[in-house]
Order: sequence, then structure tokens, then C-alpha cells
Amino acid sequence: MHLLAILLQLAGDFAAIAKMGAGLGAGIAVIGAGIGIGNIGKSALESIARQPEAIGDIRSNMIIAAALVEGVAFFAIVVCLLILFI
Amino acid sequence: MTASRSLVPAFRFLALSVLMGFLLISRIYASAQDHTQLNAASDSVSTPQGEAESHKAEGKFNAGEMILEHVVDNHEWHVAEIGSLHLTIPLPIILLYDGRIYTFCSSRFHNESGSYLGFKLEKEGPHKGKIIRIGSQGESAESIPVYDFSITKIVLAIFISTFLLILIFVSVANSFKRNRNKAPSGLQSLLEPLIIFIRDDVAKSSIGEKKYEKFMPFLLTVFFFIFFNNLFGLIPFFPGGANVTGNIAVTLVMAVFTFVITTISGNKHYWIDIINTPGVPWWLKFPVPLMPVVEIIGIITKPFVLMIRLFANITAGHIIVLGFVSLIFIFGAISAALGVGVSVVSVAFMLFMNLLELLVAFIQAYVFTLLSALYFGLATTEPEHH
Repeated sequence: MHLLAILLQLAGDFAAIAKMGAGLGAGIAVIGAGIGIGNIGKSALESIARQPEAIGDIRSNMIIAAALVEGVAFFAIVVCLLILFI
Repeated sequence: MTASRSLVPAFRFLALSVLMGFLLISRIYASAQDHTQLNAASDSVSTPQGEAESHKAEGKFNAGEMILEHVVDNHEWHVAEIGSLHLTIPLPIILLYDGRIYTFCSSRFHNESGSYLGFKLEKEGPHKGKIIRIGSQGESAESIPVYDFSITKIVLAIFISTFLLILIFVSVANSFKRNRNKAPSGLQSLLEPLIIFIRDDVAKSSIGEKKYEKFMPFLLTVFFFIFFNNLFGLIPFFPGGANVTGNIAVTLVMAVFTFVITTISGNKHYWIDIINTPGVPWWLKFPVPLMPVVEIIGIITKPFVLMIRLFANITAGHIIVLGFVSLIFIFGAISAALGVGVSVVSVAFMLFMNLLELLVAFIQAYVFTLLSALYFGLATTEPEHH
């Protein structure tokens, strides 16, 4: 606890820590988006391999699902940009 | 031959509106007699101190500021900067203050105090980019709010793209009426596959055969408005280059339209499904209505997510491309050779990002339209009869 108090004193004002928090938040959110879109791509490729004649349907559904997952990641980007610039 | 005949009325309309546009813009220039920024001869004399500092600033290049300037809205349109010559188009400012309407050209703000008629366009601080009322000594007097209805850069870009949209679609509709039993040609053959795609794969499959026609005008308008404005935002020079769909006010309005149409066209089954969701255990609804609260919050968050998705995708794409451009200038400030070396890599990445942005332009328009159609379909769904 004593160490924490010293660290808080050294930090001074919290603007710099807020910026670091914004950067970390964006990074962690992007991990989630990467895993999600990777899963979508994996199952899309597997189903194309199983049934190549459905490739058109699978491709459009994959793109829609990827856009929706990216939308969630963009929430995090917007929050982090708000922290950085406002 | 039939294509050129069908386009003659469209060309007349185009010529008339270009003429009116010239008259309007020349009136704007004539009213700003002392500081017309588009006049090359007077520019080096009349560039005010603050603007020269923020542009040249001891040769230092501020990447963050440049990127933010290109992404947010602005009261004048900065077209190009050739050497020390700044080409900007000053846009009209329309303010409603205390029950009176003030209109003037934005180049009136380019005097040394930065204020005109008691209004000031703030350049830094908490109100950066907004017009505030100042008192007689130059301090801000904010007792009555100033409502800003100006034609800003994004409003002008919306006018330009709407004008082009009307031109293109009226001519396509006319050529469809003329060629009703023949194969399409010209502009109609370019747009008809897209329109059929929206009708079949988006509207009919989401809303159903019986009711999709009511919603087709809105869906088509939203799709083409978003698509064209996304594409215009990617063009770096004058009529394009304004970040229209990356402005949260524009996407907010479109999401509000989707919300209003969904709520108005919701039938009894839609509301019953929200208050009393079928298939959910009774203890989530009865003493503490958890499920209805979640569903009611869901009514608001679904259009809200539409708004955020479009805004963040387009703005992030523009920021990335502008970041690659500023990378060249940052490295160029260190040494010229380093700038040239980085520019090869940077231009390659910028090409790739711009191609990706083209894809994103179409996909975001398609996803917005598809989700709107899905919400309309959910609102007008009939329960299945077993």
C-alpha cells in the first residue's frame, strides 16, 4: 500500500495515465476483434471446403458477420479516441 | 442514340444549376470584399497572422492536427495549398441568436481580433471550431446560446452529392421508362444490377414478398447516399474529400430515420414480442421485468450501433490513410533522403488502404441497408401459423 501511495504521488496528474489506459484499451479490444474475425474466416473456409458450390452464399455471409464484429471493436476505438482527444 | 436523347433534359438541368451555383458563389465572393481568400494576388498580403503560424510554424509539421483538421467539420473549405498560396472557399455562416438571424461570409472572421458582429470562431480551447458570442471586451458572453445553421464543408458536400444523386437517378428512371421492354444501356445498365440486388437480396429476403415495397425508397436512398458519400470522401481533391459519412451527426440522422420507421411500422406482434418475449422463462419477466427492460434498451441500441459502426469505420479509414501521408512528411522533416525512402513504402500502403476503403465503402453501405431492412422485417413480421 505504501508503494502504491508513492507511485500515485509520482504520477502527479492523471492525464498521462489516462492516455496509457486509452492505448491499452484499444489494444485489448483489437485482440477480441482479431479472434472473432479469425473464427469467422476459419468456419467460412471449412464450409467452402465441404461444399464448394455454396461459395457465393458463404462469402456474403462471412463479410456481413465480419462487418458486425468489427462494429463492436469500433466501439472501443471510439471510446479510446474520446479519452485521448476530449 | 436513345441514351443521348434521354439525357438532354438532364443536361439542361445540369447547366441551369451550374449557372445558378456560379451566381450564388460569386455573390458570396462579392459580399466579402476585403478578404476574398480565393484571390491569388491579395492572398500573401491578407493571410492573417494566426493562420500563417498554424500552417508554417517554424517548419514543424503537426501530424495530429492535420489529421484532425481533415476529419472534422469546418466553416470553410480548404482546397489546396500551393507554396504559400492558400486556396480556401469561404462558406456562408448562418446564425440564430436571440431570435435574430445573422448571415455573412466566413471570411469576415479573418481580421486580427477574429470577431465580427459580436461573434467569434474559436480556434483553440474547449470551444474549438464553434462560434460563440463575445462581449465588448472580447471575453465570451454565453448567456444565450448561439444556434449555428451554417453551410459548413460537410453541408456543402452533402448538397453536391445529393445533386449528383438526383441527376443520376432521374436520368436512370427516365431511361427505364423509355426502354421498358428492351435491354438497358448506359447508366441504367450500371445501376440496375445494384438496385435489383437491394430489392432481391436485401429487401425481399428480410422483409418478405408482401410488404417490402413500402420500404424500398428508404432502403435505396440510404444505400446509395452512404455509398456515394463514402466514395466521395476518398477522392482527395475539391468536390470530394469531405468526410461526410464519418460525421456522427449525419449518421445519427440516418439512424434516427431507421428508428422512427421501425417504431412507426411496428405491428402488434412486434410490441408483444418486446414486452412478453416468447420462449423466455416466466421468472425473468414477472416480479422483476428483466427481459422487457433488456428488450426496450435493445430498441434504442440497435440504431445506435448502426450509427457508431458507419461513423467509426469511415473515420478510421480516413485517419489511417492520412496517417500514412503524414508519415512521409514526418520522416522528410528529419532528412530529405529518408523522406523519399519512406514515401515508397508509404505510397504502397496508401494504395492498399485506399483499395480496402473502396471495399469498406460498399460493405458499410450494404450492412447499414441490410440491418435496417432486418429491423423493418422484424417490425412487420406476421407470426407463422402452424
